[in-house]
Formats: sequence, structure tokens, C-alpha cells
Amino acid sequence: MHRFLLAVLRRDLTLAARRRGDWLIAQFFFVMVASLFPLGVGPEPEMLSRIGPGVLWVAATLASLLSLSRLFADDHRDGSLEHMILSPEPTVLLVLGKSLAHWLIYGIPLLLIAPVLGLQFNLPAQAILTLEVSLLLGTPILSLLGGVGAALTLGLRGGGVLLTLLILPLYIPALIFGAGAVDGAMAGTGSEAHLSLLGSFLVLSLMIAPWIAAAALRVSLE
Amino acid sequence: MPDEALLSVHDLACTRGERLLFKDMNFTVRSGELLLVQGGNGQGKTSLLRLLTGLARPDKGEVRWRGEVIQRQRDSYHAEMMYLGHANGVKEDLNPVENLRFAEGLQGRAFDEARATAMLERLGLARCLDLPCRVLSFGQRRRVALAALLMATAKLWILDEPLTGLDVHAVALMEQLIRDHLAGGGLAVATTHQTLNLDGMPVQRLLVGKVAIPEMA
Repeated sequence: MHRFLLAVLRRDLTLAARRRGDWLIAQFFFVMVASLFPLGVGPEPEMLSRIGPGVLWVAATLASLLSLSRLFADDHRDGSLEHMILSPEPTVLLVLGKSLAHWLIYGIPLLLIAPVLGLQFNLPAQAILTLEVSLLLGTPILSLLGGVGAALTLGLRGGGVLLTLLILPLYIPALIFGAGAVDGAMAGTGSEAHLSLLGSFLVLSLMIAPWIAAAALRVSLE
Repeated sequence: MPDEALLSVHDLACTRGERLLFKDMNFTVRSGELLLVQGGNGQGKTSLLRLLTGLARPDKGEVRWRGEVIQRQRDSYHAEMMYLGHANGVKEDLNPVENLRFAEGLQGRAFDEARATAMLERLGLARCLDLPCRVLSFGQRRRVALAALLMATAKLWILDEPLTGLDVHAVALMEQLIRDHLAGGGLAVATTHQTLNLDGMPVQRLLVGKVAIPEMA
């Protein structure tokens, strides 16, 4: 069972390493979106640190969508998805492995870039730390829920746009608690409550999302 | 047990959209036997094979393996069955050995690199072992997929047009592989438009579709 999970993980990471351009796009997108806001709303430090947490969180959710549409699509096209589903191992594990690989490829680099962008928005050190913790808890949620959307829209024409419309509403709780945690840290009201809620949302997605995505995959392939 | 009926289909019906492809289909495939599914394009051969793999669910009827409905024993059925579809399931960015490594990992088995290399060499890919599959020809990628099929040592092979894109040598090799598989007590269900030369191995023919097309008659 763990061998299957490891094989899925290793496979997706190897493929990502062979095609660096694909996942760098999401990171560049993250940086670009976050950098456009100071240009648009003006350079006042108070204004920037006021909108910073929200902007960074929105940019992170959009960046995750960019890479999600291909989570299953590439494997579907070359037939390897069918082989993976016909494996004796449960499809849930496949989805879990692929979501985890997606998070490692897209989430971890995002965590590394976020502090730099936080400085750009004039966030204090404490807020940047909270931002990192909130992204650490929040980005896996985006990968897990995104897996459901990617499975549901598999093989549909214009699936990418549909995926966006389908999944963005599901991201709202993560966005509210994530950005709220950073706001709380800056306002001095504490961020524990928001982070706890974000953590419980992560546990909830971890328990439910892979099952829904696995069922959606089977339906999409029929 | 050469005569054991392992795979059986009971009153199977299949519709695609509004159209009924076939209904009341019944057959059994015994150990050591090949079922050759024939019929024109769009008559439901691939749909039938997908029903047999469990990728699609039947509208009516059931597919049984060792006497039990396949949906009720998914894991053990999948462990004994290998499917080769239209798409090869070969990753273009990986080389043939890596492809086999992941195919084995996805089946939940440990990888034996020496065996994989030997298998690929047997299929005539000795010179392509470290090339990404992107640069291989269609027929060579098909051979990689066949190597993955052989690595799995499954009891039941479900092959959708296994000869597509293969040259005469590979077709002869494929016939030999099917003969070996059947002689070893395996079962195979295959569709093909080409003629398979199987030297008296037990072959059952099944015509899918309502109308027999002229070239089959």
C-alpha cells in the first residue's frame, strides 16, 4: 500500500522534474499577481500592509488553479490514468498521492517565495511568520479540493474554466481563515483561532476530498 | 485446471448515449483460451472490453471472475487482470525502464530492474533503454506497453487492438507471447482487425454488433 503511494509520488515528482517549465509557470503567476497590486493601488506602506495578506492569499489560490487543470489530464490523455485506476490498490490512495505531489511541486516553492512578497507588502516579521504558517496549513487544502475539481472536469471541453468556477467557491473558507490569521497577527488580536479553524478545515479536506475525487474519477472515465 | 471457466458474462447489455450497442450477451472464457472479439468500427468492441475491465459499469447484466461479480472483488480482480487499451499508458518524459518501474510500482510490486531490461530487450528495445519515450516511434511505445503487460504476469489479458502499429516481427512476437500466455493457463480477450496466427490454440470468436459487416462474412 505504501509502495503504491510512494510510486505515485515519485512518478509525479520525476515528471515534474523533467518538465520544469510547467510548474514554474504557477510560481511566476503568483509573483506577478502579487506584484501587480502595489502598481495598481499605489505605494503607500499602510495601504499595502493592509491589503497584503488578502492579496497574497488570493494570488496563492489562483496560482494553485493554474496547475490543477492538468493534475489528471496528462495521464488521461496518454492512458496511464486507466492503468492506475486498474491497479489493485485503492483509487483513493492514487488521488491522495497525486494531491500530495501537487502540493510538493506547487505549495513548497510558494512557501519559499511568500516571505519575499510579504516584505514587498511591508508586512512586519510577525505577520510574515503567521502568513507562512497559514500557507503551510492552507495550500494542502487547495491541492486536495482542487483534486476533486480536476477529477470532475476531466475530459470536458473547456474543463479549465469550469474547474475555476467549481473550485474557487470551495476555497473561500481557506481564504477567509488564512488571510484572517495574518490580519489578526497584525492587529494584535492573535491568530490562533483562525489557524485552528484552518487546521481543522485541512483535516476535514484530507478525510473527505480524496474519496469524492476518486468517485469522480471513476465517473469521468466511464 | 485447464478447463475452468474463469471469466463469464451474463446477460450483458451496453448503451452508448441513446444507442443500444448490444444486449443479452453471454459467454465464458476458460483457462488457456482466447476470446477474439470481432465486429466493425463503432459496434462496441472497446465498450465491451471496458466493461470487462470494470472501468465501465454495465447497464444490465454482470461480468464475473471466478464466479463472483467483478465489482464486488475489485482488488483481487485487478491484481489478476491487465488491460492494454488504445492509449499505451506510456509516459513520454520517462525512458522505457522508468516506465516499467512505475508500472510495477502502481501495481504495488517491487521492481526487478534486470528482469525489466531483459523484457525490453526481448521486445527489441535494447537500443532505446535510456531514451525518453517521446523520441520513440509509435510501434516502439506500443512495445514498451507490451513489456509492462508481460512484467505483470497477470492471469487475464484484455487487449484492445494489440497489433496496432506493430511491424511483422512484432506481430509474430505478439502471437508467440499470446501462445505462451495461453499455454501457461492464462486467458486473453482481444480485439483485432488483423489475422492472428495462433497454431491451434483454443480460440473463441465473438461477433459484436447487430449487423455482420461484409468483410467479416
